[in-house]
Amino acid sequence: MPAAVSILPSPQLAVLNEAYRRAVARRRLRTVLVTVACCVALFVAAMGAEVNFTTFISKIGNFASYFDRILTLESGARVWTDVNEWFWGWKKWLSLLGETVLISYVGTLVGAVLAFGLNFLAAENTAPSVPLRFAVRRFMEFCRTVPDIVFALIFVIAFGLGPMAGVLAIAIHCVGALGKLYGEIVENIDMKPVEGIRSTGAGWVDCMRFAVLPQVVAGFASYTLLRFEINVRGASVMGFVGAGGIGQELVVAVRKFYYSDVSAILLMIIVTVFIIDIGTGWLRGRLFGKGTHA
Amino acid sequence: MSKQLPSANTDELRARYPHVFNRPMSSRATVPTILVAVLALFIFGLNELEFSPTRMWTGLRELGWITMMMVPPNPGSSLPAYLQAMGETLSIALLGTTLAALFALPVSLLAARNVIPSAWLRFPVRRFLDSIRGIDTLIWALVWINVVGLGPFAGVLAIAISDFGAFGKLFSEAIEAADKKQVEGIRASGGSALHEIRFGLMPQVLPVIAGQVLYFIESNTRSATIIGIVGAGGIGLQLAEQIRVLEWQKVSFLILMILVAVAAIDWISSRLRFAIIGRRAVA
Repeated sequence: MPAAVSILPSPQLAVLNEAYRRAVARRRLRTVLVTVACCVALFVAAMGAEVNFTTFISKIGNFASYFDRILTLESGARVWTDVNEWFWGWKKWLSLLGETVLISYVGTLVGAVLAFGLNFLAAENTAPSVPLRFAVRRFMEFCRTVPDIVFALIFVIAFGLGPMAGVLAIAIHCVGALGKLYGEIVENIDMKPVEGIRSTGAGWVDCMRFAVLPQVVAGFASYTLLRFEINVRGASVMGFVGAGGIGQELVVAVRKFYYSDVSAILLMIIVTVFIIDIGTGWLRGRLFGKGTHA
Repeated sequence: MSKQLPSANTDELRARYPHVFNRPMSSRATVPTILVAVLALFIFGLNELEFSPTRMWTGLRELGWITMMMVPPNPGSSLPAYLQAMGETLSIALLGTTLAALFALPVSLLAARNVIPSAWLRFPVRRFLDSIRGIDTLIWALVWINVVGLGPFAGVLAIAISDFGAFGKLFSEAIEAADKKQVEGIRASGGSALHEIRFGLMPQVLPVIAGQVLYFIESNTRSATIIGIVGAGGIGLQLAEQIRVLEWQKVSFLILMILVAVAAIDWISSRLRFAIIGRRAVA
């Protein structure tokens, strides 16, 4: 077998070796340069973020002991030895969790309806006019770049404390996020049905209703469910700024060092998020079982 | 140009496609039932969450007034402080994401089916990552503030830990999607399990991972703008303060700053992502 490989005469080989060496050296140099650039950027960032490793090392024990403390009841026993004591406020917390899920639901629905109305104006292939498309797109970009909790902060002042501010904050953020995703689905549709409907003399609204909608509705529903899931997480912290839900209770427990309450509420939030994740996953599977609109 | 089809034709069509003309009640009722249920829950929600037209109306008027007060955006004399806070925010995003990626890479190997075939080993790792992801970044920020004190460092750690959960899942999915043949090739030439990962898997997944990390730096710029609200450094602290004292011109200036910064990071990271993917296509 070795005989099958032809050995080039050494002058030719030397040229090839040289070329190979140069190619590899160039790539190595580039890797080193990129690594150095990354390290410099990280170093600068570390200065900016006041990273202090001595604090970190001396305090990292606190992180472990924090979890130790939140898993200990006031009596000194582990939380799971007395579940009644641990979840003493479960009725209140459960109703607040219900409120959290409801905030997410109402917010997602309002956002989805608005995004549904707007996205046909923003998609490249269905927009009736270019300036309108430009305006709608910028509006949606604004809605999704400003974090929902910032909207909540402002809405709490405008609409007063309470879940209403949270719902509106989630709704407006949702308009931006879903509008973009919806628009992408609409841009990927088959245009032939639209031409078919238009050739019968139908107007823009009829084109959307009978040619575009049947193609996109499954994808829309799938993204909306996904967004609902994300919004449950978002709604769980709306209470930090006074916009309703379980967050209020959590932030009070953390700030006032009610350790076992922190772990109880966190556990309830995690379980709720799990249940919602699994539930929406199941629903998506049921509705679009064939996985055509992943 | 009559608008109806000839009747004989309709009968024929009826006979040929009975399921179109006489759909069973159950399938006809599905969509309206779902819509009614969705609407009923919506109305229940509005009621439960104390919505009222009067509150909505006064709130909207107030909001309109606030918007008027926001124009024109004006930083006053605190522009240097805001710029510094913005730098802090970007630093938090960059450092947090990098830390998360460094720690998530080894853990994601443990959660990937093609690296750890045993479901018993994978299951706890995956549930662990899921629980980390179930907790919002802001909550993590609250926890870290208790540990390392107020300031941007708590923000870095909060972003790092919540992204650790997300990266662990995304990376393990990327690893599971990798081509098996190259790993088998390494094994056939006598490589150990570590060689398989280093030379069989890593060259395939690193570009994917790099793209995801860049995307997360982008989305973390957004998250890093808000963790200041609970005291973990960055521009969020300034923003929350100015909203509380109703300095609306400063608020709108800060929001504009965030928009510009996010757009800039968007642009840079999409260029870099393109560069990475492009290089892979060439090589």
